[in-house]
Amino acid sequence: MAGNAKQGNNKIKAANWQFWLIIALPMIYAFVFAYIPMGGIIIAFKDYSIRRGIMGSKWVGFKYFQQFLTSTSSVTVIKNTLILGCYNFIASFPIPILLAIGINEVRVVWYKKFVQMITYMPYFISIVVLVGMMMSMMDQRTGIINTLLGLVGIAPINFFGKAEYFRHLYVWSGIWQTAGYSSIIYVAALAGVSQDLQEAAMIDGASRLQRILNVDLPSILPTIVIQLIFNCASVVSIGMDKVFLMQNDLNAGVSEVISTFVYKVGVVNSNFGYSTAAGLFQSLVAFSLLLIVNKTTKKLTETSLF
Amino acid sequence: MKETKFSQMSMEDKIVTFVIYAFLTLITLVILYPIVYVVSASFSEPQAVISGRVKLFPVDFTLRGYEAVFQNGKLINGFLNSIFYVAVSLVLNLTMTMLCAYPLSRKEFTARGWVSLFFVFTMYFSGGMVPSYILVNKLHLLNTRWAMIIPTAMSTYNMIICRTYIMNNIPDDLYEAGQIDGCTPFRYMLQVIVPLSKSILAVLLLYYGVAKWNDYYNAMIYLYKDNLMPLTMVMREILILGEVDMTKVSNADAVAKLQGMSELLKYATIVVASLPVVMLYPAIQKHLVKGVMVGAVKG
Repeated sequence: MAGNAKQGNNKIKAANWQFWLIIALPMIYAFVFAYIPMGGIIIAFKDYSIRRGIMGSKWVGFKYFQQFLTSTSSVTVIKNTLILGCYNFIASFPIPILLAIGINEVRVVWYKKFVQMITYMPYFISIVVLVGMMMSMMDQRTGIINTLLGLVGIAPINFFGKAEYFRHLYVWSGIWQTAGYSSIIYVAALAGVSQDLQEAAMIDGASRLQRILNVDLPSILPTIVIQLIFNCASVVSIGMDKVFLMQNDLNAGVSEVISTFVYKVGVVNSNFGYSTAAGLFQSLVAFSLLLIVNKTTKKLTETSLF
Repeated sequence: MKETKFSQMSMEDKIVTFVIYAFLTLITLVILYPIVYVVSASFSEPQAVISGRVKLFPVDFTLRGYEAVFQNGKLINGFLNSIFYVAVSLVLNLTMTMLCAYPLSRKEFTARGWVSLFFVFTMYFSGGMVPSYILVNKLHLLNTRWAMIIPTAMSTYNMIICRTYIMNNIPDDLYEAGQIDGCTPFRYMLQVIVPLSKSILAVLLLYYGVAKWNDYYNAMIYLYKDNLMPLTMVMREILILGEVDMTKVSNADAVAKLQGMSELLKYATIVVASLPVVMLYPAIQKHLVKGVMVGAVKG
C-alpha cells in the first residue's frame, strides 16, 4: 500500500464506512442493553419513583449506600457473600489443576477419554436440575444419600433443613459441576509443555513427581495466573442463580447474599434506589478487585489480563 | 518420548502413578454416580425409589414416571416454549455475533480499538438488575416472549471468541485478493468469512443453545405469565418448590403413594429436560477444547 498511498486511503475510507454499517446493529444493542442500564445506576442516588421518572426523582446522595453499609441486616448479607465467595474460590480453584495434571499423566488412551467425557459432562446440566437432584437425593427420609449413609451407620441428615450445611452444599456441588470443565484449559496448557524439557529432566533422572512439580507446574503458571485473575472477582460477585434456588427459610441466615438481596429489594419489593445501590456496591468492589489482582500479578509474575 | 513401562518404573514412580489413577477413578465415580442414579430411579417403581431400594440399577422397571411427564400439560408447554426461545435466540445470536466480530477482526477498520473497548467494557461492568429491569419494562418487553430473546441478543465473550478465531484462522491475503477484485466488505463477510467460520459458529451455536436451554434467571425476572414460562421455570416449580397437592389425601398409605409418584416424576423430568443437551454432548465435547482455547486468548 506504500506505493499508491492515496488510492489506498480512499479504499480504507470506503471500507470503513461499510464496517460501521455492519457493526451498527451490535453497537445499538450494546448501547441500549448495556450502557443505558449503566446510566440507570443514577437511581442509586435518587428516591426513584416510576411516576416521576429518573430525572424527576429527588436526589438523595449516598443515603442508600450508607443504609446498605450500616444496617445490621445488610451487613450480614455482605458478610455472607464474602464467606461464601472466599470458601468457593479457595476450594474450587486448585481442584481443576490437580485433575488436569492427573489427566495429563494418564497414558491409557481410552481411560483418559473416559475420564474427560464423564468429568466435563455435569457442566451442561442446568442449575435447576442440579439443585433439584440435590434436593431429591439428599432428602432426609427418601433420599439415596441418607440411605447410603444409613448403611455405614450414620443417622439421616437434614441437609437442606440446617443452615450449617448450606455453604458446603453450595461449594461442593459447584465443584462437582464445573471442576472437569475448568480443567480443560489446564489440560490444553499441559499438552503444550516442551517435550525437550521433559526429556532433559528424564535423562537427569527426575522422578515422575519431580517432573510434575519442576517442569509441568512452572510451564502452566501463566495459565494459572490468568485463571486466578478471571476468578478473583467471584469472591464478591456470587451470582443469584444457584443461591436463590437453594434458599429456604431455614438457611436464609447464611444464604442471603448481595445478589439475592438485590433481587428481593428491587424486583420483588420495588425499592429500586436501595437495590441499585447494593448492586452497584457489588460491581464496584468486583471491578476493583479485578484491577488490583491484575496489577499485582503483573508485578509478581509478568502475566496479566490487560 | 518413550514411555517407561509400569514394571520398569522406580518404586516412587509406581506409587505416584497408582495415586494418580486412584484419584481420577474416585473423581469419575463421584461425578458419575448421581447421574446413573437419576436415570435408574426414573425407570423404577415409586415405592422402590422412596424406600431406598434403588441404589444403582432400576428396581421393578416401569415407565410410569415418563407417562406422568407426558401427561403434565405444564411441562409439555414449558418444553415447547424452551424450544421456541432457543431456536429464535440462536438465529439472532449468531447473526449479531458475526456482524460484530467481523469488523473487529479487520485492521482496515480504523476505529476497531475503541469499538473493541466499547464492547469489552460491558463484560466487566454492568448497570445491574434493577436498571435492566426498568429498561425492559420501559421498552414494553416485560412479560412478552421477546424478553427472553432481545436482552440476550449477543454475548460479548462469545463475540470475542469468534473475532479471535477469524483473526487467527482466515488469512489476510484473502481479503486483499477480494479487494483487488472489487469485493465489498459486506460481500466478503457473507461469501468468505461465514463459510470459513463454520467450525467456530458450530461451537458458538452449542454455547448459546445450552445457555439458553438452561437459563431460568431472565424468565424469573421478566416473565410472570404461566403460558410463557420456559421448561426451567416449570421444573423449578416441580423439583424445587415441590408443588404437589397433598391436601386431598387423607390416609398415610395414599400420602406415601403420592410422595413416591412425585419423586418419580422429578427424576423422569430431569432426564427428559437434560436429553436434548445429552444428545448434543458428543458433538459439544469434540469442539470443547477448541472453544475454550480460542476464548482463552486474552482480550
